[in-house]
Amino acid sequence: MKRLAPNALLGGFLIGTLIVVALIGAVWTPYDPLQLSFRAKLAAPSAAHWLGTDEFGRDVGSRLMAGAATSAWISLLTVTLAVVFGTAIGVVSGYVRGWFDRIVMAFNDALLAFPGILLALGLLAVLGANKYGIIAALGIAYTPSVARIVRGAVLSLREREFIAASRVMGNSELFTMARHILPNCIAPLTVLATSMFGYVLLAESALSFLGLGVPPPAPTWGNMLAGSRPYIGQAVWLGIFPGLCISLTLLGINLLGDAVRDRLDPRMRGM
Amino acid sequence: MLRFALTRILMALPTLLIVAVSVFVLIRLIPGDPAQLMLGDLADPASLADLRGRLGLDKSLPVQFGIWFGNLLHGDLGQSISSQQAVLPLILQRFWISAQIVLVAVLLAVLVAVPAGVIAAWRQNSSLDLGLVGLATLLLSIPTFWLGLLLLLFFGLKLEWLPVVGYVSISEDATRGILYLVMPIMTLFLHEIGVLLRMARASTLEVLRLDYITHARAKGLSEGAVLWRHAFKNAFGPTWTLIGLVLGNLLGGIAVVETVFTIPGLGRLLVDSIFARDYPVIQGCLLFVAFTYVVVNLVIDLCYPIFDPRVTAQ
Repeated sequence: MKRLAPNALLGGFLIGTLIVVALIGAVWTPYDPLQLSFRAKLAAPSAAHWLGTDEFGRDVGSRLMAGAATSAWISLLTVTLAVVFGTAIGVVSGYVRGWFDRIVMAFNDALLAFPGILLALGLLAVLGANKYGIIAALGIAYTPSVARIVRGAVLSLREREFIAASRVMGNSELFTMARHILPNCIAPLTVLATSMFGYVLLAESALSFLGLGVPPPAPTWGNMLAGSRPYIGQAVWLGIFPGLCISLTLLGINLLGDAVRDRLDPRMRGM
Repeated sequence: MLRFALTRILMALPTLLIVAVSVFVLIRLIPGDPAQLMLGDLADPASLADLRGRLGLDKSLPVQFGIWFGNLLHGDLGQSISSQQAVLPLILQRFWISAQIVLVAVLLAVLVAVPAGVIAAWRQNSSLDLGLVGLATLLLSIPTFWLGLLLLLFFGLKLEWLPVVGYVSISEDATRGILYLVMPIMTLFLHEIGVLLRMARASTLEVLRLDYITHARAKGLSEGAVLWRHAFKNAFGPTWTLIGLVLGNLLGGIAVVETVFTIPGLGRLLVDSIFARDYPVIQGCLLFVAFTYVVVNLVIDLCYPIFDPRVTAQ
């Protein structure tokens, strides 16, 4: 076992912290994140409120913890949705080939022609801006990239001997796909899902920041940042802490992603 | 070369068509009468009936698409519900605002990030390299909407060097117009440095380990000549392709930066239209950005042989 690279350690530490904070935030926060307190309005960080309070006197630290839980949960559901549908489309399309593959991939690639969060924005216009709308919109928006990568992996897998062997043994196509193709896609899928978690978290924060995500008063890092804008001159902490949370999470995911790639592809080490 | 260009252009056409189909289907997925959606709740029965006739809503779905697509080819994207303006001129006017921010930011980022990436690769694993890669990874991890907020806090509110929010057209007042654009451009510039530096470094490293680099050094070329003539020119391809993707992604995601700085650009137009349920504008924005993205990438691909003539041979 090799020693872990420093970027893996730092990335692992950041993501580990996020997971712990999100898990705790889901069940317990120091204060009720929705409890208004007009006596403690816009209070600077202090012993009672470590990260200060917002314009309604709500504890920023508690809201960040609850927001971590919400954002992590939404990202997890979204990634799962995209991975499940993308894998299904990619495996079937890559394995069956022919006209089916061509039509599916033409649509798939056209959806990839919507840059960034544009497709998610369009879907939100149809689905409505709420927690489930955002999961569905981002899930659908990220499905094509999963499908593309999985199909690529399947195309080379299906030419291998053990797939031919499975067919010769008289296994059905469905069985071959589920038993022999799918398990071999898990390694690239794990790498993909990790980095996608970062993209989705960023997209979710961006949509919440635009007011198209989880509606207030429920806290997410994105809508806390959006809410901080009118008060940023007098209450800097409102704008600093949520952004710091998003950035550190993304940094952790980027560092972990680099570390995983170094390990899987030693030729690219240090890139 | 001509053959390469023609194939590449022909390949983009089906994508554009399917993009149009997707947007058409997306808007038709909204429950309710499309004519009512397009005119809003306040429309009178006569104009509703008129639009139903023009959209061909009593005919089959493929015919409806045909009519819609025909209008699209004529540049007719309908009328905004809230402002009654024609959609295409509205989009073009807002697009110009967003485009100048995105283009300047990406141009500056390329000028800084690509040389920095090449130097980092040249001095791989030195402290300079680690510092540059660390900085790039950090910049990459800061979301643009927070970076913008930090710049606004520092340069706008603390130092009071730059106007905080708003927009003045450069054609009206050049100095003030530029001052208002400095922070949005700086935000995207800093973020894209992270993306482009890492790519430039990775592709330069790929090339630097090849035999002809060793050969170039062995025959006594200066390091500058090796880097510029042999390494950089061969390594620039992937970065060039990435520039196209970056341009499109910025256009798709610029709404957040425009929100931070209250700039009336294309992204803000789309988000405001989503809030206002102004479906003709939503549809127009989706189509416009996706088309622009496809065309930008097409142009990028067509220019690729300038840097790397090998691609036309395939």
